[in-house]
Amino acid sequence: MKFSRSRFALTAILFTLAAALASAQSPVKVSFWNIGTAATDKAYYQSVVDAYQKLHPNVTIESTILENEAFKSKLTSVMQSGTPPDVFQSWGGGTLAEYAKAGLLKDITKDVSGTAWGNSMAPGVWQVYQYQGKQYGAPFDMGAITFWYNKDLLAKVGYKTFPSTWADFLTLVKKLKAAGITPIALGGGDKWPAMHMWTYLAARLGGKPAFDQLFSGSGAGFNDPVFVKAGQMLADLAALKPFQDGFLGATFPDEAALVGNGKAAMELMGQWAPNVEKDSAADKMGLGDKLGTAAFPSIAGGKGKLTDVIGGGNGMAVGKNAPPEAVDFLRFLTNKENNAAYASIAGIIPTVKGAETGLKDPNSKMVKAVVDKAGFYQLYLDQFFPPAVGGAVNDAVQTILAGTATPAQAMAAMQSAYDMNK
Amino acid sequence: MRSPSTVRLPILVLLLGPALILFTAFVVVPVFQAAVFSLYRWNGLGPMVDFKGWNNFVLLFNNPVFAKALGNNLIVVVVSLIIELPLALVVSLVLAKSEFKLAVLFRTFFFLPYVLSEVITGVLWQFIYHPQFGLVKATYEAVLPGVQPPALLGTPDTVLGAILVVVIWKYFGFHMSILIAGLQDIPAEVQEAARIDGASDGQTLRSIVLPLLKPTILISVFFSVVGSFQLFDVVWAMGKGDPVNAGETMVTFLYKFGIQRLNIGFGGAVAVTIFAICLVFSLVYSWYTAREERK
Repeated sequence: MKFSRSRFALTAILFTLAAALASAQSPVKVSFWNIGTAATDKAYYQSVVDAYQKLHPNVTIESTILENEAFKSKLTSVMQSGTPPDVFQSWGGGTLAEYAKAGLLKDITKDVSGTAWGNSMAPGVWQVYQYQGKQYGAPFDMGAITFWYNKDLLAKVGYKTFPSTWADFLTLVKKLKAAGITPIALGGGDKWPAMHMWTYLAARLGGKPAFDQLFSGSGAGFNDPVFVKAGQMLADLAALKPFQDGFLGATFPDEAALVGNGKAAMELMGQWAPNVEKDSAADKMGLGDKLGTAAFPSIAGGKGKLTDVIGGGNGMAVGKNAPPEAVDFLRFLTNKENNAAYASIAGIIPTVKGAETGLKDPNSKMVKAVVDKAGFYQLYLDQFFPPAVGGAVNDAVQTILAGTATPAQAMAAMQSAYDMNK
Repeated sequence: MRSPSTVRLPILVLLLGPALILFTAFVVVPVFQAAVFSLYRWNGLGPMVDFKGWNNFVLLFNNPVFAKALGNNLIVVVVSLIIELPLALVVSLVLAKSEFKLAVLFRTFFFLPYVLSEVITGVLWQFIYHPQFGLVKATYEAVLPGVQPPALLGTPDTVLGAILVVVIWKYFGFHMSILIAGLQDIPAEVQEAARIDGASDGQTLRSIVLPLLKPTILISVFFSVVGSFQLFDVVWAMGKGDPVNAGETMVTFLYKFGIQRLNIGFGGAVAVTIFAICLVFSLVYSWYTAREERK
């Protein structure tokens, strides 16, 4: 009797299990990690999660909201333990590639390629979340690094518009300096803001061919004259002392506060600049319509075009154990309505075609136009490379600004990190 | 009629067990793990397959930034021993005197920085040193108007000095407390007897107090040296050991180049090296103190 009773119990359990598996309405949990700690981002993500759960009552989205730096270190440890979240913040590029290489991400190519979702964004933006031709995530924000400047301070030294040539830009810097205004705010301690300046100089000097050469891994790489010269031009700019005192120890929020408080005339920064300036300003208002944005100036004789763009943005990657519902949630998060809604409140540059209707701020519209017109679009170099190389690039640019290495030495340092990581 | 050993065993397991399990799981095992990692080129993701032998150590010992970090750690050790500890000793000699009415107040005051968390200390001093709105700048404006104050954390030449000030400020109170405890253990009768015999204050200090305080001083030196080699949080919070690695310590180097940049194998080599340095120092030092005690 004992035997048959236990067999009955077993059958019952199996039957229940089978029923649960068969039912499409079985409860599913999706872990979702984002970095929306600001009040606007928090409210936006919550509204999307609520809306999705209402449409799909069987799905529970478990949100974890982490501050940027905390997110990066926590994500690193869960990745090393082999248990990625289902949907999580990602900047694409080299770090995403490392995760994909280790088999920690879910290949969502078939969900994207040739589908309505895939066609809702430009192929170029999808590429940032690909590794070896396979799709591992989706972008929702893709912008450009541009100069953000204080119109009033530029007008004080006779500039109604932002200079379009490097020579004129240097003249502007000298005039601002002479007028007692800090020309450029720079979070040199965080390194990456300075790295963008060097990358843009290289892009304007050498254009796309210079970067093709670099990524081919077969030529002179970083030792190519284009990159050395970009380093020299950065050193020449630094010699004019255009940055605030102590910029080598300053953080990006320090930089944003200087511009937001009207203490410095400009910064070279991504699409989030106005938001952070506002947040870091003493009056929490920022510059408002006194803030202008302009493309990085062109260099006489350079091969790069004024429309070549260094940029990047934000998106979400999908973890290896994610259920199909996670991919569906990501599709929902990046639909036109949600993308437009986010653009209207948080100053992101939407990736979905038609979502630009959400853009209210004229400067954000201007960044969107820069992105749309981009002939050659290069992802932030420190994100594009694996972390070991990206970190070395940032370090080396800082040594140029500190004057502890010549541009040639700095490029050699980048190249040696690149070679070691091969 | 149970033998003593059978009585002791359950008690030993009960008392030592939990500590031993925790120590093994979180100290001993990771030490060996790091040693294994250090032989591979591994980014921490997926299986370790790329065996490199001593290569990570070769890279490490040829790395100029690590040399800089090691040098900085040695500077911290030296400064702790020749400035921080003497300062703590002098202050403790004053504050251990019971006739000094405000002693308790001052002790609390000097000990407070040690209670603060390392990260809060770092952030606090970052504000103090801030070149645009910091206390240092405000002081310059009040005392030397028109003179531009140095950006202490933004200048490669001054960043280590700025960190050392914070290290001394934060930890001298801890050593002061240890030394006060040591001083209070010295029987008052001994000093009284010396005074009756006509010894001056200087003589009492040199021949009675300091020799009796020696075991405590040796403990303080040990904490100070090992703590200096492990310096991390304060430095990280005040600019991550930069600009241009001028304030790098071995542990910030480990975190930056090993963990953040996904070179776990290389990081393992750094960890093993730091461990070896601390272990050798501890062994030599215990041997030395044991010999001193036997004298």
